[in-house]
Amino acid sequence: MEFITESHYYRVMPFLLEGLVWTLLITVVGLIIGFILGAIFGFARLSHNKIIYGIATVYVEAVRGTPILAQILFIYFGLSDLTGINIDKISASIIAIAINAGAYIAEIVRGAVYSIDKGQMEAGRSVGLTRNQTMRYIIWPQAFRRMIPPLGNQFVISLKDTSLFSVIAVTELLYMGQQYYGSTFAAFEALTMVCLMYLLITVPTAVYLRRVERRLDV
Amino acid sequence: MISVKNLHKSFGDTEVLKGIEAEIAEKEVVCVIGPSGSGKSTFLRCLNLLEEITSGDVYIEGDNIADKKININEVRSRVGMVFQHFNLFPHRTVLENITLGPIKVKGMNKQEAEKVALPLLEKVGLSDKAHVYPESLSGGQKQRVAIARSLAMEPRIMLFDEPTSALDPELVGDVLEVMKDLAKEGMTMVVVTHEMGFAKEVGDRVLFMDEGIIMEEDTPDNIFDNPQNPRTQEFLSKVL
Ligand SMILES: Nc1ncnc2c1ncn2[C@@H]1O[C@H](COP(=O)(O)OP(=O)(O)OP(=O)(O)O)[C@@H](O)[C@H]1O
Ligand SMILES: [Mg+2]
Repeated sequence: MEFITESHYYRVMPFLLEGLVWTLLITVVGLIIGFILGAIFGFARLSHNKIIYGIATVYVEAVRGTPILAQILFIYFGLSDLTGINIDKISASIIAIAINAGAYIAEIVRGAVYSIDKGQMEAGRSVGLTRNQTMRYIIWPQAFRRMIPPLGNQFVISLKDTSLFSVIAVTELLYMGQQYYGSTFAAFEALTMVCLMYLLITVPTAVYLRRVERRLDV
Repeated sequence: MISVKNLHKSFGDTEVLKGIEAEIAEKEVVCVIGPSGSGKSTFLRCLNLLEEITSGDVYIEGDNIADKKININEVRSRVGMVFQHFNLFPHRTVLENITLGPIKVKGMNKQEAEKVALPLLEKVGLSDKAHVYPESLSGGQKQRVAIARSLAMEPRIMLFDEPTSALDPELVGDVLEVMKDLAKEGMTMVVVTHEMGFAKEVGDRVLFMDEGIIMEEDTPDNIFDNPQNPRTQEFLSKVL
């Protein structure tokens, strides 16, 4: 037993588990906010109002056209430079995930709503439902189902993106691994375990999504 | 009951309806026939404002629906519409498809709405399908559910846009039976159809549309046996 508990593979684990908790927290909270942003901007992208459409389009294109690393640095250093207000690293990370994923989710929402047959809106309207009621009771539930696979995909992407926040020393998974081998020089062992921890989350997610996709297909 | 005056409809620069005049009385069954692209669907869709009216007036029970101030949701609940491709709500059971309108538009509770819906399902011969999802139904069954869904709003007028043309031939009959029953009960109906047999048997009047206007209208007997307009003659010689 001793050779296990003495090994770096084992001794790195307390660090990595702490990092994993932060990684998951940033990802989940960031994505919840990102989903709300995505729903708002996704519908805005479907709007016939040119101003609403324009604002949403600028947001989506600005986020998708810039690297997330620049975005986190912008939020953490740039904004505090501008406003003089310092936000903590975890909040900055959550905001970065929310804004970044929000733009991609907006496109997921827009695509899913757009993919619902036009006849559904017409059928809803012709039984006397308003446009909003038809959206809410008929279009949205169908669109939401189609959004599950791409949303799961976005979860995996955002989870991996949090590793970039190591540049501002957020104590997420990768950063904690780096901390460990910084003092022990056991880079191979530490990074192997870091990758395994990511896979522990991403592989089951992918398998689950594949199943959901198959069920939605038939 | 329906009065159409000089109705025009354009999509962008192309004018599809070029001045439709029509009067449809209460309890009348009017069939609309004509070549593809002549504007039949567009005409029907203007009657419940699924298409915006470019100019002209359409009176539904006295209300001018071309007037922008009209409460269109209220008008639509008086005018039922049945589509070629059924447009059932796939995420809701058959029963829920039918009760949605009464619950959300008329403010009924679930029990009240089901009390309306179940007899309608029986009427279209699908009582046993109340709790299944639309995907497990045949086309003909779907269309009968769609009819029941419209009827649940107790419309005064029913519009049908080629209700049987997406169906396998052996399923057409059941849907037409339901429509015949409705006609017998005195429902005011406007039916775009390729089913000349139905038009002959059930229709009180047939409108022949071509190039965005009503070229000829008459009783089924006169239209089919003795068409006056050369375009009508040409069309009928192709389809009969
Ligand atoms: N949303 C639309 N935008 C542009 N053009 C349209 C639109 N809807 C219909 N049209 C055009 O209007 C014309 C009439 O179409 P409509 O669907 O009313 O014909 P129809 O008589 O119902 O034909 P069919 O028998 O094939 O159903 C067609 O040329 C069609 O291309
Ligand atoms: Mg048509």
